[in-house]
Amino acid sequence: MAVKILTEHINVPGINTFDVYRKMGGYAAVEKALKKMTPEEIVEEVKKSGVRGRGGAGFPMGMKWSFLAKPEGVPRYLVCNADESEPGTFKDHFLMREIPHLLIEGMIVSSFALGANKSFIYVRGELMYVIQILEKAIAEAKAAGFLGKNILGSSYDLELVVQPGGGAYICGEETALLESLEGKRGNPRNKPPFPAVKGLYQSPTVVNNVESIANTPWIVNNGGDAYASLGVGRSTGTKLISASGHINKPGVYEIPLGITVEDFIYADEWCGGIRPGHHLKAVIAGGSSVPILPANLILNLANGDKRLMTYESLSDGGFATGTMLGSGGFIAMDETSCVVRNTWTFARFYHHESCGQCSPCREGTGWMDKVLERIEHGKGNMHDIDLLVDVAKKIEGNTICPLGDAAAWPVASAIRHFRDEFEWHVKHPQEATQPGAVYRGAMELV
Amino acid sequence: MENTAPQLFKITFDGIEIEVPPGTTIMQAARQLGPHYAPPAMCYYEPLKGTGGKCRACLVKVTAGSAKDPRPMPKLVPSCITTVQDGMVVENTTNESVLETRRGIVEFLLINHPLDCPVCDQAGECHLQDFAFEHGRVTTRYEEERRTFEKQDIGPYVQLHMTRCILCYRCVFTADQITNKRVHGVMNRGDHAEISTYIEKAIDNDFSGNVIDVCPVGALTDKTYRFKSRVWFSKPVEAHCDCEKCSGNVTLWYRGDEVIRVTARKNEWGEVKEFICNTCRFERKKTSDWTIEGPTKISRHSVIMANKYRADVKKPAFGLKVAEAQYKQIDDSRPYITDGTTIRELSKENNAKANQRSLAENN
Ligand SMILES: Cc1cc2nc3c(=O)[nH]c(=O)nc-3n(C[C@H](O)[C@H](O)[C@H](O)COP(=O)(O)O)c2cc1C
Ligand code: SF4
Ligand code: SF4
Ligand code: FES
Repeated sequence: MAVKILTEHINVPGINTFDVYRKMGGYAAVEKALKKMTPEEIVEEVKKSGVRGRGGAGFPMGMKWSFLAKPEGVPRYLVCNADESEPGTFKDHFLMREIPHLLIEGMIVSSFALGANKSFIYVRGELMYVIQILEKAIAEAKAAGFLGKNILGSSYDLELVVQPGGGAYICGEETALLESLEGKRGNPRNKPPFPAVKGLYQSPTVVNNVESIANTPWIVNNGGDAYASLGVGRSTGTKLISASGHINKPGVYEIPLGITVEDFIYADEWCGGIRPGHHLKAVIAGGSSVPILPANLILNLANGDKRLMTYESLSDGGFATGTMLGSGGFIAMDETSCVVRNTWTFARFYHHESCGQCSPCREGTGWMDKVLERIEHGKGNMHDIDLLVDVAKKIEGNTICPLGDAAAWPVASAIRHFRDEFEWHVKHPQEATQPGAVYRGAMELV
Repeated sequence: MENTAPQLFKITFDGIEIEVPPGTTIMQAARQLGPHYAPPAMCYYEPLKGTGGKCRACLVKVTAGSAKDPRPMPKLVPSCITTVQDGMVVENTTNESVLETRRGIVEFLLINHPLDCPVCDQAGECHLQDFAFEHGRVTTRYEEERRTFEKQDIGPYVQLHMTRCILCYRCVFTADQITNKRVHGVMNRGDHAEISTYIEKAIDNDFSGNVIDVCPVGALTDKTYRFKSRVWFSKPVEAHCDCEKCSGNVTLWYRGDEVIRVTARKNEWGEVKEFICNTCRFERKKTSDWTIEGPTKISRHSVIMANKYRADVKKPAFGLKVAEAQYKQIDDSRPYITDGTTIRELSKENNAKANQRSLAENN
């Protein structure tokens, strides 16, 4: 069995309570950090661990922490991004629900390392029951002396605040999140300045994903080198993957970074293969924003080697033949899935979620949605396909926040790899609009 | 001894070197070179803090970040909010990807914009018209339905045509920074986002009318001026009055002897120089309310110049020579017909002939 950093005790009955969590060795990292380590030492361990942000961009966490500005007399903040709204991603939800104290423990050691005395967990508004779970966990930790004033007799104070969001995907973008946290409209900010310099209330701020922060207790307990010894290359440690779609065992898996994609899909330890009688057609490997890949390209690199579940391997080949690990929302589709319909569904999502600040995203997402809707309903033209490619290109890279890119990539990649299917929809509108109709032309299934 | 003279950054903009103080944005630097060089701005508005970065009309290519780090920036950057670095090299009209992206931005701004310029009060002084004319395509690729909103009165003086809005947020910043009580902002998201007052509350405070002047399009219009004229039929003059609320420096727009509109004065970038109060804007519409200073300077290329202020046109000498050389006496021997009945008869005849001709061609 592979090493589990986050989910080792997830099946222990009562692990969501303080007492059981503590009995299983919980909060040892807080004791070690506050009694035996300096904040700088913790930052150093996190740097050594090589752990990369689990929210989507994969930015090295230690490096982000070391960028935090430390002007005299200005408070610093740690904000945990628990807005998780990316279609196909549901791992933070799972972690907070099943083992809330892991996040609380992580927040304490991380806040201590960053010198923050007030930290926030921004949870997507739909997860009201998770917010209650977190608040209960915070109350328990506080009662046990792990939160509040003079934690464990050190002179370190920490207040943890859980803030429900309003249910907007865009509030998961870190600067929109900060605006929302300040009580404003959740519009992303132009960068620079980056949050590390001017974040929450114009003070230096670190924003990290739930899973990123949940890794820190293990790193404090076992050391950065031990963490870095897991995984492959610059993809260290483990990763939670939210697996969904036409697989036998959908769910959240903690995988060691570096197993093959093939193993992940077909091994019994993980997804257990494609549902009986069906074949793999395509995979969206990292949540709705990342490029879709056809079966042969997700399993193998362009040079024939097996593709691995790592940041580097998944992005091997650039967008021509690769994709991204993103937030780890792994959606497998068999031959009954229609790529056009799926692409339209995503386009509709981004149209609905664009904040509307910048013109390419505000107008472009709506345009792509409408054109895809027409194609899906048998009213498309051949030139619509190239139009979609061009609109996606005009959005990509020209917006304030990456939501624009996230809206453009699924469309561009679907046409790049499944153009036949779009053309079939245009040429055979009658057939394509039959309920459940799917293109069955030349296509490699696995 | 340390040099106490302010240090200047040298940048290259479209091949032209210019020195500017640190903290200057690329846009401000380019504006120093003149309107021919400056990137277009649909959301940035210098008098309002925090504007810019949204419309993406001003995106430029930075081919060298600075002398210290001469790597190009990977993406196009908004020139209105990107500050210069010493040794920065910027390409605007000299870069094809910038121009292509800009064509895309025009297209994006137009796909949901109604084509109602013929009935829009802003036509002729609309920044979106100018932007589309200078940077856009001739045809549209948009075949879908456009999003529309109902017109809405926000207060007694201002009407909101949300359908025309390009969400530049200028009016929001105005409401925030100029008026003492902000009651309007943005509701909803994406292309269904709208400028609105909180639960249709009326905007009433002394400086609310300024939202009309900052709006680059005809989304916020002056109800006292509605459908009164076309801008090119009116004559702007500078005037002032003793006002207890504002500077009293305005532009009066005359049609004949009548003041049909009062606005704030604007600089060459179309930005308000001094915000004015609602009394000046909406209630002082008699010449006797004002001291006239003289005609407003308007760019020669503006449609507002049409048919007005004609300078004595100097004809070039060579042109006169050519005209002289090619001069031919016109054959004036044909009779002039001045009698109405004859003209009617003749034209009937001509029409019949023309009809026969076209019938013959079609058969
Ligand atoms: C539109 C959009 C939505 C995002 N949503 C989330 C989210 O729900 N959760 C998250 O952790 N990061 C999200 N991100 C990424 C954050 O901006 C940010 O990179 C992340 O929280 C940083 O944490 P990390 O370094 O630990 O990954 C989103 C980004 C974008 C552009
Ligand atoms: S890219 Fe889209 S979501 Fe992001 S700031 Fe621009 S309009 Fe808003
Ligand atoms: S109403 Fe005018 S000023 Fe306000 S956001 Fe729309 S276009 Fe800009
Ligand atoms: S003027 Fe720079 S982004 Fe609008």
